[in-house]
Amino acid sequence: MRTPLFEEHVAAGGRMVDFAGWEMPVQYAGILAEHQTVRTQVGVFDISHMGEFFVRGPEAAAWLEGLLTNRISKLAVGHAHYSLLLNEAGGVIDDLIVYRLADESFLLIVNAAKIREDAAWMGERVVAGVEFEDRSSDFAALAVQGPEAGRIFEAVTGTAMPAERNRVVELPDGIFVTTGYTGESGFEWIVPATQAVSAWRRVLAAGAVPCGLGARDTLRLEMCYPLNGSDLSPERTPLEAGLGYFVDLEKSFVGRDALVAQKAAGLPARLSALSVIEKSPPIRSHYPVWSNGSLVSETTSGALSPTLGHGIALAYLPVELAKPGQLLEIEVRGRRFAARVEKKPFKK
Amino acid sequence: MNVPDDLRYAESHEWIRVEGDVGTVGITDHAQAELTDIVFAEPPAVGKKITAKDVAAVVESVKAASDIYAPVSGEVVERNDAVEQNPSLLNTDPFGEGWIFKVRLANPAELESLKDAAAYRAQIGA
Repeated sequence: MRTPLFEEHVAAGGRMVDFAGWEMPVQYAGILAEHQTVRTQVGVFDISHMGEFFVRGPEAAAWLEGLLTNRISKLAVGHAHYSLLLNEAGGVIDDLIVYRLADESFLLIVNAAKIREDAAWMGERVVAGVEFEDRSSDFAALAVQGPEAGRIFEAVTGTAMPAERNRVVELPDGIFVTTGYTGESGFEWIVPATQAVSAWRRVLAAGAVPCGLGARDTLRLEMCYPLNGSDLSPERTPLEAGLGYFVDLEKSFVGRDALVAQKAAGLPARLSALSVIEKSPPIRSHYPVWSNGSLVSETTSGALSPTLGHGIALAYLPVELAKPGQLLEIEVRGRRFAARVEKKPFKK
Repeated sequence: MNVPDDLRYAESHEWIRVEGDVGTVGITDHAQAELTDIVFAEPPAVGKKITAKDVAAVVESVKAASDIYAPVSGEVVERNDAVEQNPSLLNTDPFGEGWIFKVRLANPAELESLKDAAAYRAQIGA
């Protein structure tokens, strides 16, 4: 599948790779340069492959409350928050952003690889008073990220970018929200697919540099933002993933009882941040993690941090090892390299 | 794409420059461009015996690890510590400061099976 920006990417020198069935740019000039651009200036990512679900109706809020972990009743109109969709066992189906467009109107942005599964799961559970629409193919989206993102926002909208994170602004040109996946200030712009090319060109003309999925991955990993399918899975709960802040156990939702039981029994593992403390090859996913000669886990994500210059990784560790300062080893092609559990995120 | 005329090339995108019985080995401009930002390089140890077409070194880009194959058989007589310290030399100067190791040729006849610049250009469509 291709986003409406496919030709733009190719024209800009994008190196196209498969991502969850989508032909997406992994890089243009280079991952390290793009990473640095987002940390110091401003870059733009095509995130049109992600899904857009609209939920409307008098029962919309109550229905979402029962399906998602974060508290919808605390989400004011014009704001967005991070939330999770769980299975009955408390495992993660998807992580997503919920925008409250009006009292009875919500937009959900979901992971590209999970659009069909999420839509089926939610669609099956629709009740009277709720209108649920998967409009993923009707919308494109751009993520403009970096310390200079405010300048791009002003150039595109003619208004100042809200200083507050997670603010939603609906304008004639689309929906703008101050969210992102990089740890930098910035915004995401949800735009009708037919206007994607014009939006992309306007953002570039204002000075944003095209950035690919490669930099998006190293940027999010430095912030310890989980990637569903790698760091999150139906076999792990958000409590194990360290996302308890986004889970309100005081309300009723699918998967809640399993989480309450897991909390009472004690977590078996916790998604932890690991820094390699000697020179090593880049860490990647599925590398073995050792403690005192025992295989204790494997990495779920890894990289050579462009900002920090050393290997970083995430791994589910048994709780007794999931403590900052704990020394471990990560195996790369048969050799073990010393690593240490860190407080999240890697980039402070 | 730069493909110097005075080198021999392996199909697996290594080059070799032979002076006397010693060959200097690196990866081609095409290879570095395909690999993108190289962030890790591990040249072989001096004294290591290598065999043509076997793995002799490893380089890694941000996204992937890639084996470097020995274009010829022999003994490693020098390794380029500079690329270990600064792997981006493989990107910025693949035929110069980005060389990886030097090998004393065990069987110079192996050079005959490597490509000349014209044949390698044809392989990569340059």
